[in-house]
Amino acid sequence: MFGLSFRPRKANTAQTAKERLQILLAHERTDGSTPDVLPMLQRDILAAIQKHMKIGKDAVDIRMERGDELSSLEINIDLPNSRGNGQGAES
Amino acid sequence: MSKIIVVTSGKGGVGKTTSAAAISAGLAKRGHKTVVIDFDVGLRNLDLIMGCERRVVFDFINVIQGDAKLKQALIKDRRLDTLSILPTSQTRDKDALTQEGVEKVLNELREEFDYIVCDSPAGIERGAQLAMYFADEAVVVTNPEVSSVRDSDRVLGLLNSKTHRAETPDSEPIKAHALLTRYDTQRIAKGEMMTVEDVLEILAIPLLGVIPESQAVLRASNLGTPVTLDDEGSRAASAYDEAVARLVGEQVEMRIGGEERQGFFQRLFKRTA
Ligand SMILES: Nc1ncnc2c1ncn2[C@@H]1O[C@H](COP(=O)(O)OP(=O)(O)O)[C@@H](O)[C@H]1O
Ligand SMILES: [Mg+2]
Repeated sequence: MFGLSFRPRKANTAQTAKERLQILLAHERTDGSTPDVLPMLQRDILAAIQKHMKIGKDAVDIRMERGDELSSLEINIDLPNSRGNGQGAES
Repeated sequence: MSKIIVVTSGKGGVGKTTSAAAISAGLAKRGHKTVVIDFDVGLRNLDLIMGCERRVVFDFINVIQGDAKLKQALIKDRRLDTLSILPTSQTRDKDALTQEGVEKVLNELREEFDYIVCDSPAGIERGAQLAMYFADEAVVVTNPEVSSVRDSDRVLGLLNSKTHRAETPDSEPIKAHALLTRYDTQRIAKGEMMTVEDVLEILAIPLLGVIPESQAVLRASNLGTPVTLDDEGSRAASAYDEAVARLVGEQVEMRIGGEERQGFFQRLFKRTA
């Protein structure tokens, strides 16, 4: 009871801040030289698929989550259905 | 009808980003569909304060330049489904913002959101002017300190001259509110800092709220939580909640006061110190 009241109420948020920054800055320092890699990747994926299929220019959706050990890249592509008119089908 | 609110100040470091995050989360908590936009091109920080820094893929500038759809750049908050963040670019500079580009994005956002909160960069140059240009209301963040009050006055001048509302005949002027932040009652009691009354007398705009200087703000930024979403029950958070209530038109009595709730032992030590 006595000890508790002397401890900061939320343990060490500064440590959390440091870890968040380390992850963010590690990514920023390496991505920094090529800021637009994701828009370019999106364009390339779109072009590659369009060589083989008829898809709209908004059909490629890229999401990313940067992590400590690994980052995940999520790519969603709306493909037209069989009766499709080239517009992306809702997935 | 959606509302565009700019959080601005002239001076840097007064609490604009903290306030933009707290106010937008406060609006979203009340069920209003809210988006907060970072206008500080090249110095992205709102993402860190909102805690979504790892999820930024596309940004405001990508959308303006046609490299991404708005939908792709918007980050949905994981705590509140009424809240979204539009991050800015960390690598471009302010010249990437164009008035036409900003207008187009804002118009698209108006279709989906009730409140569009614009976090302005410091200064009175292009970035700050574009952040305020299309605003319906302004939250002028001021610290009770001479240079901050002077800069706020300068910003009020710009709001009344260099904005869409100012330049459009027959339109209402931007509704400006003063938000006093980092308010330190102890230093004010000692006469080291100006009081709320002093500041309002000079700026002559209505008061939206008074946010005390608070440890909770730093703690929340460490965690990437807008202070109005943390569970500490701090005075800073309730002061922001009350400011949000006033912003949406509720009458809330102004409580100007101070320090954080203190533990028994802290109070004891202070008294005997
Ligand atoms: N009410 C407050 N109490 C204590 N510190 C605060 C408060 N408001 C802001 N700060 C701190 O002041 C600094 C600047 O705040 P920020 O919101 O980034 O300002 P701006 O966007 O105007 O440059 C940050 O370190 C922030 O944590
Ligand atoms: Mg800021």
